[in-house]
Amino acid sequence: MSATELLERSISEVGAELADRSVSSVELCEAALARVAGTDERLGAFLAVTPERALAEARASDARRARGDARGPLDGVPIALKDIFLTKGVPTTAGSRILEGFVPPYDATVVERLQASGAVSLGKLNMDEFAMGSSNENSAYKPCRNPWDLARTPGGSSGGSAAAVAARQAFGTLGTDTGGSIREPASFCGVVGVKPTYGRVSRYGVIAFASSLDQVGPFGKTVADAALLLGAVAGHDPRDATSSTRPVDDYLSRLEGGAAGLRIGVPREWFQEGLDPGVEQAIRAALATYETLGAKLVEVSFPHTKYAVGAYYLIAPAEASSNLARYDGVRYGLRAKASGLREMYAETRHQGFGPEPKRRIMLGTYALSAGYYDAYYLRAQKVRTLIRQDFDRAFEVCDLVAGPVTPTAAFRLGEKVDDPLQMYLADIFTIPCNLAALPGLSVPCGLHPAQRLPIGLQLVGRPFDEATLLRAARAFEREQGPLPAPAGV
Amino acid sequence: MSLSLEEVRRVASLARLRLSPEEEELFAGQLSAILDHVKLLEELDVSAVEPMTHALAAGEAAALRPDEPLPGLEPEAALANAPAREGTAFQVPRIIE
Repeated sequence: MSATELLERSISEVGAELADRSVSSVELCEAALARVAGTDERLGAFLAVTPERALAEARASDARRARGDARGPLDGVPIALKDIFLTKGVPTTAGSRILEGFVPPYDATVVERLQASGAVSLGKLNMDEFAMGSSNENSAYKPCRNPWDLARTPGGSSGGSAAAVAARQAFGTLGTDTGGSIREPASFCGVVGVKPTYGRVSRYGVIAFASSLDQVGPFGKTVADAALLLGAVAGHDPRDATSSTRPVDDYLSRLEGGAAGLRIGVPREWFQEGLDPGVEQAIRAALATYETLGAKLVEVSFPHTKYAVGAYYLIAPAEASSNLARYDGVRYGLRAKASGLREMYAETRHQGFGPEPKRRIMLGTYALSAGYYDAYYLRAQKVRTLIRQDFDRAFEVCDLVAGPVTPTAAFRLGEKVDDPLQMYLADIFTIPCNLAALPGLSVPCGLHPAQRLPIGLQLVGRPFDEATLLRAARAFEREQGPLPAPAGV
Repeated sequence: MSLSLEEVRRVASLARLRLSPEEEELFAGQLSAILDHVKLLEELDVSAVEPMTHALAAGEAAALRPDEPLPGLEPEAALANAPAREGTAFQVPRIIE
């Protein structure tokens, strides 16, 4: 089998081939590393590739198989990690110059869990600085491009995580989603991306952006691959006080349950002005597909949708301004030369942070400062309650909610960089799910009729009901068939 | 709503963040535009609404873990990324003259 054919396969398929020893982990890794070497100069998905480490892990995996000691379906499968996850001994930057050269002394829980599953990491993936952005253009190191069209963004902030899967560089990846940073790039790149319920996956060792919103999740070519990765990292972690003790569902066993009888809520406010007609056409067609699969569409109303972006851009920057206070030049990362301590702090942060973190630190500090707290932060937290109540009401009459991930398909690099508010407003359909702490995903639902770019269908579910979301996404995927591989790279 | 340069400087100082004169100008404009959008929230009567202070429903997160000592980072590991150190301490610029 050619390397290209090998890389087209899903994790489920290569997992079976690893199990019957018709392919080795070393072969998979060599194919993936060659693909990275041959494409990433143009694509920019990786901030660091770790081939020696990957091949050593692959050899260890093959040795386990030879002994009859394999750890499960991910053992030996090449994956890659957003550069926001701490990896012991492997530099981790969060896409920022302020962490250039930082080598973490410990692994994030999700990294430990993937290692325990036997998955092999190829390296660390490009991202918007501190996960702040919707286009990956805020990476302090280099842009990442969309494998469907190199002039376009892969989305962000987990742009590298989505692009690497779409470009067949890795079989699966992990990213994080604070306001849409998994679902938006998954939609733009034509792959599956899952943002679990807040508390489902440990945040220990995940560089913090907005702690009440951040959540880790997987990318895969197929729903089953994403489900497999989610199952490997989900579950309680005593090192994260916000991690839930609920048992993790067996996502794979329920995956093929179909969509018959599901009640799918369609929020009226997600189909209003600003939604690209080509995107709307694809989403409506996907909803019609669900009807043919025996699901029932129910119109629901989310009257607070238009307030979500405003509430988010107070809450997330407020939490970010607090989380990013730790980058002070004292214990790790960049330290600027300065005469006094205070000057050292201010100069280190001046030199180390790019424009987006600075903008959000400013916005968050302002929103939390004396005299403004009630008017901004507290009011936003109350609006957050109203947005959660919109979902609670909808879930009285439906099992999940479906709609677009983004108002448009992937936009061009440079198109929105000078207007942060326009960039922020593109998050309108993804942010409510984060504010409400609910699980959501993006599953490819076709190509834009004019632009021939992928479009994602967003599904949002009840708290901790990832299993229903994945089952519904799988039912659609089975009916629709896969997207072609992207031709841009 | 328009944020003055003076206000931008005050906030930057609170955030221990030096801004160049160009950044001050840029952020004054951009932050004003964002705060204008946020004004939309004032339409809502939230006087009877409880703020969502926890992302998880009550009882969803684990109880606090037992207060038992566990191994932490070894000093060498904790200091390995220090920009400057002296012995087992992080070295910082002089604070008291």
